[in-house]
Amino acid sequence: MSNNRLLWLPLAGFLVLVVIVAVAMWRPADRTVRSALVGHPMPAVALQPIVPGKPGIEPGRFARGRPRLVNIFASWCIPCAAEAPQLLRLKAMGVPIDAIAVKDTTGAVQDFLARYGDPYDAIGSDPASAVQFALGSSGVPETFIVDGEGKIIDQHVGDIRADEVDALAARVKALP
Amino acid sequence: MIAEAGLVALWLAAALALLQFALGALALRTGREEAMLGIRRVAVAQGLLASVAMACLIAVFAASDMSVKLVVENSHSAKPMLYKIAGAWGNHEGSMLLWVTILGLAGGAVAMLEHRLEERTLAATLGAQALIAAGFYAFLLIASNPFARLWPAPADGLGLNPLLQDPGLAFHPPTLYIGYVGLSVAFSFAVGALVTRDVGAVFAKAMRPWVLGAWIFLTLGITAGSYWAYYELGWGGWWFWDPVENASLMPWLAATALLHSVTVLATRDGLRAWTVMLAVVAFSMSMIGTFLVRSGILTSVHAFAVDPTRGAFILALLLIYIGGALALFALRVGTVRQGTTFELLSREGGLVLNNLLLTVILGIVLIGTLYPLVAAGFGVQLSIGAPFFNKAAGPIALALVIAMAAGPLIRWRRDDGQAVLAQLTYPTAAACFSGAGLVVLAGWIGLLPLLGLALSAGLAVASVLPLVGRNLRRTPMFTWGMVVAHLGIAVSLAGMACDAAFTTERLVAVRPGEPVRVGPFSVTLVGIAPVLGENWSGLEGRLIATRDDDTMVLRPQQRFFANPPTTTSETAIRTMLDGQLYTVLGAADGQGRWQLRLWWKPWVTLIWLGGALIALGGALSLIGRVARDRRAALREIWA
Amino acid sequence: MRGAALLLLLIVATPAVANTPLPSQRLANTELPDPAQEARARGLMETLRCLVCQGQSIADSDAAMAGDMRALVRQRVAAGEESGAIRSWLVSRYGDYVSYDPPLSRATWPLYLAPIALLLIGVALARVSFRRRR
Repeated sequence: MSNNRLLWLPLAGFLVLVVIVAVAMWRPADRTVRSALVGHPMPAVALQPIVPGKPGIEPGRFARGRPRLVNIFASWCIPCAAEAPQLLRLKAMGVPIDAIAVKDTTGAVQDFLARYGDPYDAIGSDPASAVQFALGSSGVPETFIVDGEGKIIDQHVGDIRADEVDALAARVKALP
Repeated sequence: MIAEAGLVALWLAAALALLQFALGALALRTGREEAMLGIRRVAVAQGLLASVAMACLIAVFAASDMSVKLVVENSHSAKPMLYKIAGAWGNHEGSMLLWVTILGLAGGAVAMLEHRLEERTLAATLGAQALIAAGFYAFLLIASNPFARLWPAPADGLGLNPLLQDPGLAFHPPTLYIGYVGLSVAFSFAVGALVTRDVGAVFAKAMRPWVLGAWIFLTLGITAGSYWAYYELGWGGWWFWDPVENASLMPWLAATALLHSVTVLATRDGLRAWTVMLAVVAFSMSMIGTFLVRSGILTSVHAFAVDPTRGAFILALLLIYIGGALALFALRVGTVRQGTTFELLSREGGLVLNNLLLTVILGIVLIGTLYPLVAAGFGVQLSIGAPFFNKAAGPIALALVIAMAAGPLIRWRRDDGQAVLAQLTYPTAAACFSGAGLVVLAGWIGLLPLLGLALSAGLAVASVLPLVGRNLRRTPMFTWGMVVAHLGIAVSLAGMACDAAFTTERLVAVRPGEPVRVGPFSVTLVGIAPVLGENWSGLEGRLIATRDDDTMVLRPQQRFFANPPTTTSETAIRTMLDGQLYTVLGAADGQGRWQLRLWWKPWVTLIWLGGALIALGGALSLIGRVARDRRAALREIWA
Repeated sequence: MRGAALLLLLIVATPAVANTPLPSQRLANTELPDPAQEARARGLMETLRCLVCQGQSIADSDAAMAGDMRALVRQRVAAGEESGAIRSWLVSRYGDYVSYDPPLSRATWPLYLAPIALLLIGVALARVSFRRRR
């Protein structure tokens, strides 16, 4: 009988388990929760302005032929402050940036912009994270790259680092 | 000084473990009696030295010796003494030391107490135990020294997470660890028996008390952990199918199966290979579970840095021990004569069914826990939680309950189908009547809760039937143990089903003075007042709950800890005969209202009461078995 | 158990991230007025994963984002949306990861097959122990 060979099955099963665990340990899976909307059109969202003199976000804004970045931020978020210089540089390089301020207040955002600079063309207010959910975003800061037809090309999770600015700018400019 | 003494004790214990292994090999090779005597003594000394090291670690934590790195990282001088001591095992290094201490003590206890097993098998067993210990000593000394100093010493420590500052949790890990590591004895017995090809009734009888002992602690540990999660996390849940919980459930399932198969081996000399396999699997599950939890690969996004050296070290140890044991199994078990075979309808048959179902549940839990990891390896992110486990394991667990009701009513060797069915009349009637009664009285409460309640009634009746018609004073203690443990399952199942079916929940924001209705209670927030604890400050809500003429006061709190800065909700729970009123104070909404979370959970306490009964049943069995062995040994001496 | 997980988590997690000054939404922590709707919302929340805690469902998490998601679920349930539709809306944003109840698909069929396969293997193994009947 092949009974004797069957006896090695438990060992084989265990070795499979070890391989799974070893792979998981040495090549930790990317645990970032990414938006499933990448490659799909930006949802038509309407957001009230949060600071006077700067528009909010009206539906259809993203399909007007200019590729842009949509930065999800909050004045109470520390990495967002760290990210501000990079956004200013992108703006200086001619990349348009819109923003969604998550669960924030007018005063706090005004202070934030006064302190860290204002790279934004528009800032929409998302007081209940509703738009954050609609975009599949799971934290602040995050930045979506949107092409001229309003399609989401990519999502950058976490703050943009200084060495990522050039590549990001080039990418946006290459978009239709 | 104390830290250095601990380190020396640890090195000495490691050296003794190696000596113990060498003596074991020598005893096996030559059969010399000196080696046998030596190995017993060395095993005891090794256990004692490991305990000295653990005692030293507890001492530096109790003294808040801030020159020891581990104390700085996990303690704070302003902490209550209980949590200073608990801090000693509330971290990676300390828990590994506790682990190896229990391992050493278990080996020492085997060396002192075991007189039944053949000497060569015992030598092989102690040798295997020493080899396991040696690996973990090496891990501690090379990669996780708990006694490392920090220079210069900082003024104070970083503190222990406030959630863990709870008396229940202080003793929860040690309890679970005794259970986990106690299974190492079964593992070593199995390896020893494979080495000497001595698998039989004697081996089973020798192993049984150790399995029982470990199983009692595992049961208590899981029960206590579930209750801790229930009152500490503040959302009314008592089991979350979280990987960490699964890691403790898997060894328990394996140990429960082992407990039953070892009885078949001891009584009827059957299930030889299977029992050896389960003994290996039970401890393997303990080690794998601990590894998965400790390595952080399963738990959380919050970047618990998986130190690659440590991870690789433990993984290598697992590979050697578990892989080695399974290879030995494959090589040797073929030469172990197959045990007795059984009739389908027999007690043995019932126990095989029990083992089958328990092992399938174990497999489901293991696969469900690891599946997201595998999927992630293929680039797919998915989540597996309660819905899957309930769907997959729930029906099998209910089948297991039926098997459990019938099993003890079937005779050993062979029984008659008619007779068994006749025995099952009352349990079946109990299940049907309670099920029908529930539908009439409470309406439709959902399929699983209804089945759960009906089956628990049936099981409760069935589990006491083995006592009917017997002289209760002459009924062996281990029969009482079985009855109580099975009854415990029925009680626990009833609690789970009641919680699922009858819980009422209210999540409200109220102004002081506004009454809220939850179940039969009317709860009113009377006021909010500041409170001060030893190392926290907080807000305390005063709730007055009334039911009929019964009035009670509950005081849920919000606590703010400074070291490390954290806010926790302290639930206030009032336990009554027929259930628990569970209250949590939430945040203020800025307009004079306070959020309250209120639950009325009828009969929920049965869950943990059942757990305690299960453990009590185990304890009765253990006492019964040990006492009977003692008497048998005495008779032998007199004869 | 869970304690150990939290322990691991909190030993290393220093609260570097500040929190919003806005109070949490009303529906994050309070129920819907209609008990039937609330029960439906509760059932759905228990099977949705909190994205920032990862080991918990949104039904029993204190995280702010879990609260927002609870509010979202309650609003949509109150608006009469089906549980399945709310779940698919979230899955279309976050992928299957957000649901604790993954659908049968190419990625999950081995998982759903496993219990049956285990049962069959078990029965085959157990047969060896029984005496052959002629």
